[in-house]
Amino acid sequence: MQPNEFHPIAYSAAFYFFGLTALASAIAFVTRKSPVAAAMWLVNVMFCLAGLYVMLDAQFIGAIQVLVYAGAIMVVFLFVIMLLNLGHASELADARGRWGQVLALLVGLALVAPLLALSKGDLLNRMIPPDLAARAAAAAAAPTAGGVIGPVAEPLFKEYLLAFELTSVLLLAAIVGAVVLGKRRTDAR
Amino acid sequence: MLAEALALSAVLFAIGVIGVLTRRNAIIIFMCVELMLNAVNLSFVALSTLYGASGQVFVVFTMTVAAAEAAVGLAIIIAIFRHVKTVNLQNINLLKG
Amino acid sequence: MMNPAMTFEGAHPLAATIARLVWLLPLLPLLGFLINGALAMLGAAKIGPADPSEGHHSEGHGNGHGGVHGHEHDDAHDHADHGHPPRHKFAGIVSLVGPGVLVAAFLLASAIFFAMRGVEMEHPYVLTLFSWMPVGDLNLNATILLDPLSMTMVMVVTGVGMLIHIFSVGYMQDDPGYPRYFAYLNLFVFFMLILVLGGSYPLLFVGWEGVGLCSYLLIGFWFSEKANADAGKKAFIVNRIGDFGFLVAMFLMFANLGTLDILGVADKAKDLPMGGAVATAIALFLFLGCTGKSAQIPLYTWLPDAMAGPTPVSALIHAATMVTAGVYLVARASGVFSMAPVAQLTVAAVGALTAFFAATIGLKQWDIKKVLAYSTVSQLGYMFVGVGVGAYVAGIFHLATHAFFKALLFLGSGSVIYAMHKAYHATHNHDDAQDMRNMGGLRHHMPITFCLMWIATLAIAGIPLFSGFFSKDEILAAVFARTHGSTLAEASLLGIPGSTVLFIVYGLGLVSALMTAIYMTRMMLYTFHGPNRTGEAERPHLAEAPWVMTGPLVVLGILAAFGGWLNVPALLGAIGPVGGLEHWLEPVVGENALRTTLGEAAHLSHSTELVLVGTAIAIAVAGIAFAVWRLKPAALVAKKDAPAAEGIARVLENKYFVDEGYDAAIVQPTVAVSRNVLWKGFDAGVIDGLFVNGSALLARAFGWMGSQLQTGHLGTYAWVLLIGVLTILGAFTYR
Repeated sequence: MQPNEFHPIAYSAAFYFFGLTALASAIAFVTRKSPVAAAMWLVNVMFCLAGLYVMLDAQFIGAIQVLVYAGAIMVVFLFVIMLLNLGHASELADARGRWGQVLALLVGLALVAPLLALSKGDLLNRMIPPDLAARAAAAAAAPTAGGVIGPVAEPLFKEYLLAFELTSVLLLAAIVGAVVLGKRRTDAR
Repeated sequence: MLAEALALSAVLFAIGVIGVLTRRNAIIIFMCVELMLNAVNLSFVALSTLYGASGQVFVVFTMTVAAAEAAVGLAIIIAIFRHVKTVNLQNINLLKG
Repeated sequence: MMNPAMTFEGAHPLAATIARLVWLLPLLPLLGFLINGALAMLGAAKIGPADPSEGHHSEGHGNGHGGVHGHEHDDAHDHADHGHPPRHKFAGIVSLVGPGVLVAAFLLASAIFFAMRGVEMEHPYVLTLFSWMPVGDLNLNATILLDPLSMTMVMVVTGVGMLIHIFSVGYMQDDPGYPRYFAYLNLFVFFMLILVLGGSYPLLFVGWEGVGLCSYLLIGFWFSEKANADAGKKAFIVNRIGDFGFLVAMFLMFANLGTLDILGVADKAKDLPMGGAVATAIALFLFLGCTGKSAQIPLYTWLPDAMAGPTPVSALIHAATMVTAGVYLVARASGVFSMAPVAQLTVAAVGALTAFFAATIGLKQWDIKKVLAYSTVSQLGYMFVGVGVGAYVAGIFHLATHAFFKALLFLGSGSVIYAMHKAYHATHNHDDAQDMRNMGGLRHHMPITFCLMWIATLAIAGIPLFSGFFSKDEILAAVFARTHGSTLAEASLLGIPGSTVLFIVYGLGLVSALMTAIYMTRMMLYTFHGPNRTGEAERPHLAEAPWVMTGPLVVLGILAAFGGWLNVPALLGAIGPVGGLEHWLEPVVGENALRTTLGEAAHLSHSTELVLVGTAIAIAVAGIAFAVWRLKPAALVAKKDAPAAEGIARVLENKYFVDEGYDAAIVQPTVAVSRNVLWKGFDAGVIDGLFVNGSALLARAFGWMGSQLQTGHLGTYAWVLLIGVLTILGAFTYR
């Protein structure tokens, strides 16, 4: 399943490295009191995920993960945190009490248990399409135009063209909304 | 590696949920939501190895929505902060009619 | 099962005659109803029902206080002295259409009658109009059954109905509800014809209910007076009790005989065991229906109150036609009744008791219409005695003659009331225009009405050669004949041997006949003889009604006098053809009548018959003579000066307090149970409290719980959402 350019052991090692790092960073992210520290850990998670994307043969997604998420969105978060100057004590003591945390952990475990069950188990085998080998062989035989972006670009601009156009409308609405919300109300006084 | 990727996705999602449930800082909760979105994206990408590039297209859409959401959500947080001088959700119950 | 008539339908001799237009008969009055009803609705925007406050008012009196409400009603003649009020703007066309359709119907009926005389009627003529209720095993067609019995009824209904319609043109001429009145009256005739022509019990029931509806509408015609509206409701409600019986009888027929067709039932009834439970139950339930519609004990109380309607209505519906529907029904179902001697004895006993009981009440009534009402109840009792003992021809015969003389009496009393009211109105007197104590000496003022009403009185009293003599005598003779050698004599009712019951019935019949003669003579004496008590000022205004009203009276007078020739007894064979009606009805009821008399025609020896006839004549003459001897119209004082009655007279005047008894025994407990248990307990407590308010409370409780979840804190919402997600996820994963 792994791309041929990788040695299997190296591939596995890199995969576990990125996965465990992402896991550790995520745990660190939710436990940091400082919003800035939390944001930095989250950025780290996103970098790790970008690496995983590349390893899963989704190089384009990995690239925009770094560009859009880590680069743009998280910068906006940090920007807002600093804009609002959320560093002082009252804002830092934001976690729930001990029991709340335990309960949340239990809920998290309860949530992850079925998800793990779904992703392990028999279900996964049943999810594998029967013609997978043939499809993979066909995909390997036909040299894809446009390198790694082509396989994403083709459905995006053909099959999902309408949805793609709609996202532009969504972004426009978001821009307008953000501007309206962020603007200081000068007329109120 | 597919199973590991999906398991990681599930765990990351659960961590995001725990964050949403435990934290009270609106911005951190927001970031937890982003983490959950990323976890889902990982699932999409992992499964796209089985089902073709459509999953990756969905990731593109998710990112777009996440960007829009971040823009609007943060604008809302700024507006609320101006109003009540805090981002601690404990002190914000504007949803109650 | 095919009944024989169906098989012969195509080839029936009547199919080639005008009788094939028999479906037009009910349609004509229906057309009149539609036209008059439309005109009534068009005119209603302008003129509503009479307003009592303007001095219009109320012919009826609630019961028990006959005459307390003073001024009597008949809008017709209000304002007579202020020049005529404007007649209803459609009065012209209504006067044409209303009686017109009846004249047309009567002419058609006559033509069909003569057509029937012209052919050999081996089987009844059944005309299937359309498929009415094809439901499972029940395939019910709307059929018209034309046989001698229904033809007789059609002739009575259309003939008497036509005369009364014409009379109404005069009587109701100035009523603001003129088109509405004729619309109801036409509708009544329509339903009455459905009743008598219906080829199946359900169709008969449609007519049965329809006439009940029209009766209700017409009793409460002047509904702005509460007593009238109440009288209408009483009639309607009391009749529902009887209708329950009719319905149960139909269910029993369908369950046990598998058909509801009149001919089919008659055919199947032959195979029932004699005196068996099925036939007895069906017959008794049918008779319960009859006691309601035909005002027999115990359901007779509505009829006297029904006098609240306009007088022509009392004549048509509550004397000549609708109330006799029960008698018709018993004759119609004679096949069933003749299989159930116990039921027959019950019918005869109830009829005789009613005849006696109502006659005693009639002795002491002061309201002229109440006298006639109780007389009607009493005469209906006679008819039931007739059909009860299996003398169906005699019962139907009395039905016909009674229709003539009682319609005449009612229309005559209408004429009197009309004159009285006009006189009172002229002087703005609000006294009671229906109370006989306010009348007296009217023979000088209304000679035609006077003569005609005496004819009717002699007829009802049973003076020889007048119509009532023949029919009443025939009934009494039939009862006497069946005390021996009949299924009735062998059966027993409540442990009393049938022959004893029949002797009692016969005795009650004789006593009732005596009292009939007395109270009718009393009514005539107080109304027309002696000095006038109306008042000095009013006297000059008393006058005969116009010809449009007296004309029908004259025709009815002729019928009342000579109606007896329909069925002359063998004893008086010298005066005309013997047993006309008997032969005419023979195909319908002959076989069933013979079954009661064990296969041989009821026979009395010549001498016995002479004695019976002699007794009847003696009783009639004695009654009249007694009344003339004892009652002194000259000693009577006007109502306003009259002292209250004492002793037995008071009991009779108040109708044995039966209404009060029913009120205390049935109405009040029902009301009390309804109020305290059903209303306050069940309705207010269970329905309102538990279900209505309870469900509201439940919704509020859930709402409150829901509102408690709405803290406004995002954290809470996130938790709730997560619980939902976990639930769904768990359900999918671990199912």
